Amino acid sequence: MELGITILVTVLQIAAVLGVVLTHVAYLTYAERKILSDMQDRLGPMEVGPHGLLQPLADGLKLFFKEDIIPAGANKIIFSAAPILVLVPALIGFAVVPFGRDSLQIGAIEITPYITDINIGLLYILAFSSLGAYGILLGGWASNSKYSLLGGLRSAAQVISYELPLGLALVGPILLSESLSLTDMTVAQGGGIWRWFIVSQPVAFVIYMICAIAETNRLPFDLPEAESELVAGFFTEYSGMRFSFFFLAEYANMILVSCIAVVAFLGGWQAPLPALEFIPPIVWFLAKVYFLLFFYIWLRATVPRLRFDQLMAFGWKVMLPIALVNVLLTSIVKYFLNQWAEK
Amino acid sequence: MAAQLLFFYFGGVTIAGAIVAVTSRNIVYSALSLLVAFIHIAGIYVLLNAEFIAAVQILVYAGAILVLYLFVLMLFNPSEEKLYLHKQAKVGIFLGVVVLFMMLFAGYKTEIIGKGGPLTAQAVKEMGHTRVIGNALFTDYLFPFEVASLILLVAMFGAIVLAGRGVHRKKGPAGRIDLSYRDKLPKKSSETPEEVIVGR
Repeated sequence: MELGITILVTVLQIAAVLGVVLTHVAYLTYAERKILSDMQDRLGPMEVGPHGLLQPLADGLKLFFKEDIIPAGANKIIFSAAPILVLVPALIGFAVVPFGRDSLQIGAIEITPYITDINIGLLYILAFSSLGAYGILLGGWASNSKYSLLGGLRSAAQVISYELPLGLALVGPILLSESLSLTDMTVAQGGGIWRWFIVSQPVAFVIYMICAIAETNRLPFDLPEAESELVAGFFTEYSGMRFSFFFLAEYANMILVSCIAVVAFLGGWQAPLPALEFIPPIVWFLAKVYFLLFFYIWLRATVPRLRFDQLMAFGWKVMLPIALVNVLLTSIVKYFLNQWAEK
Repeated sequence: MAAQLLFFYFGGVTIAGAIVAVTSRNIVYSALSLLVAFIHIAGIYVLLNAEFIAAVQILVYAGAILVLYLFVLMLFNPSEEKLYLHKQAKVGIFLGVVVLFMMLFAGYKTEIIGKGGPLTAQAVKEMGHTRVIGNALFTDYLFPFEVASLILLVAMFGAIVLAGRGVHRKKGPAGRIDLSYRDKLPKKSSETPEEVIVGR
């Protein structure tokens, strides 16, 4: 009986988190179109609902009812599996993100503000996000099209290259909080904005943000889908629901990397000043995530695309060495701080 | 009970994935079943309270090494390379048997006859797996750890030397790679460029 209730609560939690994330994904597309059009001095979607608010719904319905086309000569099994292989790693990471501070007590049942708090939370997210490259690579290969294959190869190369500095940038916060658990990391940053790791790890934060943009294949690093060179990249041959899976995965990944940035560098659900703690923690968390998402869209409207060789050279020759030096310096400082604290 | 059932699930799928990886005719399917095997090995690590190793297993083997394999396999024509691959079967079986015996011997020496060390599953759970493994690697096993990284470094140098052979850097403003060595290579007999065949 006890076990049954625990399982039920967990399933409901998963459903709630998935529901919230997917709603955010839908309205992130809307927000992106609105913000972009505002920056370009036009209106954006206005027809469906007041100020086009129902546009994501209409887009979803359109994609759902579209004809499902599998190109001749494509490998059907892998062609169908690839979108799922992209979407699942993007969504599975949300299981360890702590959205708030307080657990809800209903009788004997405790509802936590996270699905689970495993003690390797950050590694778990990195491990599963590294599997996202498979969907991209296989989707490109199974489509039996040159554009798709080249797009898939480019994209996978980019994701693999930028995963390294991304992981190394996160080592800084891990060293400072002495934990891989996202909850412990948030708690370690309590007590005001000057305790956030962005203050002690500014270099790591910049590296993380740049690599996160590259990881999610967003402008200015969206070479895998450079329209002028590769049509639409690895999902050229996809349509309907399968295409929408890739689309969902891209936006879910954007939200996930923003959540990790908030937890690792911006104090998670902590208020910036002790005086502001009367505002619920989840509001702070969402506000920080929304700010980072706005920053992403802002970048898209501002920066031109890089050339592919520039992208790879930048990843390996600039980002990786800086990230390594940062890890080294942080560990040395941390070591002497610990020695000093013991005395 | 549940742990045992899970162990049989993870173990069974790992073995099935490994068998498909070796026997499949389509090399991309081989790589994918190897991926399935890797992820299920991570599941076994989780059952052993070794979460850190489980995550690193997925991160390194599934997320990095196998992706690079897939890169190569996708640009590979299986029908041309089949003969070459099947020549290696005898050597492969021999090496497999040797490694199997070594593993059985190691298991026999440590787990069944020998005493357990201070780091039992319970102790590891109390201290936190990541902390235990960090302490062990950087104190008692520092030398083997450094030797292992040195071996990897040597392999990396080897790969760079092999890949960079014949490519000279020209001192130009853009610093581009000089590919003029290609003209000095022996010309192919046919004038038409070979069509790139994508393995399927």
